Amino acid sequence: MSEGHVNTALYALLDTLCPMHAVLNATGHVVHAGPTFEKLCGDTAPEGRRFLELVELKRPKLGAGMKDLRRAAGAKLHLELRAAPRTALKGVLVALPDSGAIGPKNGVIVNLSFGISVMDAVRDFSLTSADFAATDLAIEMLYLIEAKSAAMEASRKLNLRLQGAKIAAEELAYTDTLTGLKNRRAMQPVLDRLMETERDFVLMNLDLDYFKSVNDTLGHAAGDHVLQQVARRMVSETRSGDTIIRTGGDEFVLIFAGLTDRDRVAEIAGRLIARLERPIPFGDEECRISASIGASLSCDYAQVDLDQMMQDADCALYVAKDQGRGRHVTFDKMMRLARDMKGPIPQNRDAR
Amino acid sequence: MHGLVNRAVERFTRDTYGREMWLGIMQRLDLGFAEFEAMLSYDDEITHEVLGELAVSLNKPMTEVLEDIGTYLVSHGNLEALRRLLRFGGTDFVEFLHSLDDLPGRAQLAVPDLSLPTLELEDHARDYYSLTVGPMAGGRIAFGAVMIGLLRAMADDYGALVFLDHKGKRGKVEIIEVRLLDVAFASGRAFDLGAALR
Repeated sequence: MSEGHVNTALYALLDTLCPMHAVLNATGHVVHAGPTFEKLCGDTAPEGRRFLELVELKRPKLGAGMKDLRRAAGAKLHLELRAAPRTALKGVLVALPDSGAIGPKNGVIVNLSFGISVMDAVRDFSLTSADFAATDLAIEMLYLIEAKSAAMEASRKLNLRLQGAKIAAEELAYTDTLTGLKNRRAMQPVLDRLMETERDFVLMNLDLDYFKSVNDTLGHAAGDHVLQQVARRMVSETRSGDTIIRTGGDEFVLIFAGLTDRDRVAEIAGRLIARLERPIPFGDEECRISASIGASLSCDYAQVDLDQMMQDADCALYVAKDQGRGRHVTFDKMMRLARDMKGPIPQNRDAR
Repeated sequence: MHGLVNRAVERFTRDTYGREMWLGIMQRLDLGFAEFEAMLSYDDEITHEVLGELAVSLNKPMTEVLEDIGTYLVSHGNLEALRRLLRFGGTDFVEFLHSLDDLPGRAQLAVPDLSLPTLELEDHARDYYSLTVGPMAGGRIAFGAVMIGLLRAMADDYGALVFLDHKGKRGKVEIIEVRLLDVAFASGRAFDLGAALR
């Protein structure tokens, strides 16, 4: 059998087992290329060209000669196509004997694979499953990437919907159903966030006056109506960034983030009371209520202590109520002194 | 039944018969929700009820509805991703048939808790096969009819001409006969490996 015949049989075998290979002769020129490697080389056939002119050996770092290449036999090679898009390749080579019994004398056989760049390569070279050996896992890898992406997308959508549902549930848990204002549960998270971001704020305790008499004379329906109107008026008198919480039956807490001016606090409180004192029509009746307000400012404290601020707002509210109805008082340290001299006052409004 | 299966029934109904039809069914069944979540699991009974109500609403026998669902899965544009995943099974219809045994395993690679009925292909001659569908753990859904619709649509996709016949149930499994009349009857639809990346 002639050498040519032997090689033809060898090349046919290689084409099936590893279609992305190249057979090099002793001078490093390609004498045969597998069909997939041919595809990678584009319009100019690789046969007759020097392998290292088509492909750059990135690692291991060796010389450009055939002797150097043969030394890399069996090692894992990192290569790159010299032509755009400079696809990264993995490879392994075997050195051929000088007897010429297998392939060209002193030549090498290089087998290549895409490794992780397979996705881009399939697109760049329009490869089909016929371009890979039947045993190659490339197709399975592409399948997995697509299947996993589809599954991930479905999971991502589920997560988005669950997140939406969570926000809605939290919204509901923090909402006072009668007035649409926030409820007592919402207060701590709001205050915590203010403390975390170290923003100054004003805490305003507001109690409705004469509300009990509306309830007693006109009934609960009227009471509910009044509370809803009160909520509306408070919302319209405040900015969207302010927080209004209904902490109890006719008790509210308002939180104004970023507010440090005592005059502004007094102005807001006065405006709120005036607005709430306007008669609220209910059927043929007119409900008249008022409100008392006690406020404390975080900027008055060297070290902001939430409990202390709430107590002081309560203290100011107590002073306001003491002065009659429809009054507003902003806490200052003198009140604490006066309070200490007068004896204990309730720690919070619930105790009253 | 896995949410993906329920979701497939839902998508089929909505895409083929409209949103009103689907919402009507869900309202009559009063399950407490109107849409299935693809990545959650549901009691098999729910899938049964939905399919039953769907067949009644369409005034069609259940097997026909199931076949239509199978065809829909491959041929509707909204489920192109699924068609592509199936086409990874082989370069022609015969190769695809031979990949069916691996289908439940392939599905689980992507979604581990998705269980599909066992599929087993037997070749009697070059153009004559039988596919055993099932059994499926705890399953009461007859997947055979769905497979017929799906195989018919896949044959179209590959451009092959086939004759499919449901040979009925044998114990817990269903038998489908596949006769291949022409592997290259029409040109079929293109399948570009890298298309998902473009």
